[in-house]
Amino acid sequence: MAETVLKVENLSASYRKNTVLYDVNFEVKAGSLTGIVGPNGAGKSTLIKTLLDLHPSLTGSVNFFGSSFKKVKKRIGYVPQRGSVDWDFPTNALDVVTMGLYGKIGWLKRPSRQHKEQAYEALKKMGMADYADRQISQLSGGQQQRVFLARALVQDADLYFMDEPLVGVDAQTELAIMTILKELKKSGKTVMVVHHDLQTVENYFDHVLLLNRTVIKHGTTEQVFTKENIAKTYGGNIRWIGEEKSHVVPSLEQ
Amino acid sequence: MWSLLLNSNTQWVLFSTMILGIAAGLIGCLSFWKRQSLLSDALAHAALPGVIIAFLLFGEKSLFVLIPGAALSALIGAAFIQWISSSTRISEDSAMGMILSIFYGLGIMLLTIANRTAGGNQSGLDTFIFGQAASMVKSDVITMLCLALIVIFIVFIAFKEWKIYLFDPQFAQGMGLSIKSMNGLYIAVLVTTIVIGIQAVGVILIAALLIIPPVSARYWTHSFKTMLLLSSLIGGISGAVGTTISALGSGWPTGPFIVIVAATLFVISLVFGKEKGLLIKYLSFRMHKKQIDVQHVNVHLRTRGMMK
Repeated sequence: MAETVLKVENLSASYRKNTVLYDVNFEVKAGSLTGIVGPNGAGKSTLIKTLLDLHPSLTGSVNFFGSSFKKVKKRIGYVPQRGSVDWDFPTNALDVVTMGLYGKIGWLKRPSRQHKEQAYEALKKMGMADYADRQISQLSGGQQQRVFLARALVQDADLYFMDEPLVGVDAQTELAIMTILKELKKSGKTVMVVHHDLQTVENYFDHVLLLNRTVIKHGTTEQVFTKENIAKTYGGNIRWIGEEKSHVVPSLEQ
Repeated sequence: MWSLLLNSNTQWVLFSTMILGIAAGLIGCLSFWKRQSLLSDALAHAALPGVIIAFLLFGEKSLFVLIPGAALSALIGAAFIQWISSSTRISEDSAMGMILSIFYGLGIMLLTIANRTAGGNQSGLDTFIFGQAASMVKSDVITMLCLALIVIFIVFIAFKEWKIYLFDPQFAQGMGLSIKSMNGLYIAVLVTTIVIGIQAVGVILIAALLIIPPVSARYWTHSFKTMLLLSSLIGGISGAVGTTISALGSGWPTGPFIVIVAATLFVISLVFGKEKGLLIKYLSFRMHKKQIDVQHVNVHLRTRGMMK
């Protein structure tokens, strides 16, 4: 039985008066690769932010590695949505990746040559070695996402949260990212990914967390990712094209 | 002119406005990337009532007394802006506009009252509106220098932290950097820079010293570090040259001259800047066009040749 790396109990969160998440309960085992799936406004990003203390929770408790978030911060890596930062900021790809090491370097200390090399290795792993000195504003969407992932890699965390890393990237980058995610999983790390594309869920993730303001279903992809559960998650208002659930098109009427 | 510049008091004043320019150039870069350039203007105007109230309370015009008053008043302004934009439907820029004009109006009203009181007329409080570096005495200069150096030091020592705070605050927080304390520190250094500048540059124009140097520096570099250095250089030059010019005439205000010098440097950057400066943009466009034209002509000639 694998170790429990994340235990969430009775979590709820809101923006102003709108409760976005309520009664969220789930447990994540080490070495799993989980897709967090749900319609727009289901609270997927909010869930991650609340877990990481970036958004205040109303109720509930979150347990990482049987401890509190503050104590194990360094074992947790986070890849925010690409659109959450200003890519016009004057810096290059290598520098952004080096930011992943800031926690290890220690505050108020300067990164050494060794840290830069470590960052460069991570870029290389993401197939971005040639772009190390490139201005980040001049990178394509897919390249920016790879830089973000490289930054997460250098953190060398045990548990990763990624917010829509596959949105707006080219097929090659998608493949590169998934290869890395599966590699992370193989080396015993735990990864949770907010994901939008229902067609690829079965190929990409071994666990699925269906979310629509609360956990609809959570478990192995085989057991959980069924027509019924998907329909339930997307408000029961799904139009099925063909017979396969991979051709699901969520209806716009709600 | 030279005799004036060699005067030791002028030298001190010159030196202090230069350091002020450097500090403002640095802090301006932080505001620029926080996309809050206008906040500095609002806070500068919000400092005025505090200056006058401090004068009315203590009857003294030394920076030592006026700076805490100015800082307090600017911080209250900042708190109001924060509160209005987070708890009402009013957007942040409207909130800044409101606070800017309300506090400034209040300041002018208090100034009128102060000027009517005995001795108020001679106090020279008016200099706080457009700035009068020459009116600074040695203790003012020292106060200003120390605070400016502290501000410069804070930016310098935490360079890496500022960078990640400005680029990706959420990620920074995830790694354990407290964004709340960074926000507090940012407001603290911003307000400090503003209040030490109001005597030399004035409440109306100090924002220019925080806004113009970073936008000028942006035209020359793609590195945050170089941008900070260039921006502080531009700020320092503006401060020193502007003060020198204003020292040439008696009673000339300092602020406007500093701003004019900064604006000149901005125009130079805008035209000649190596990163997307107008001239470079035009030239590279021309060159590219020529290349494409040549290619087209070649293709054209070749196809014609084949047809014959």
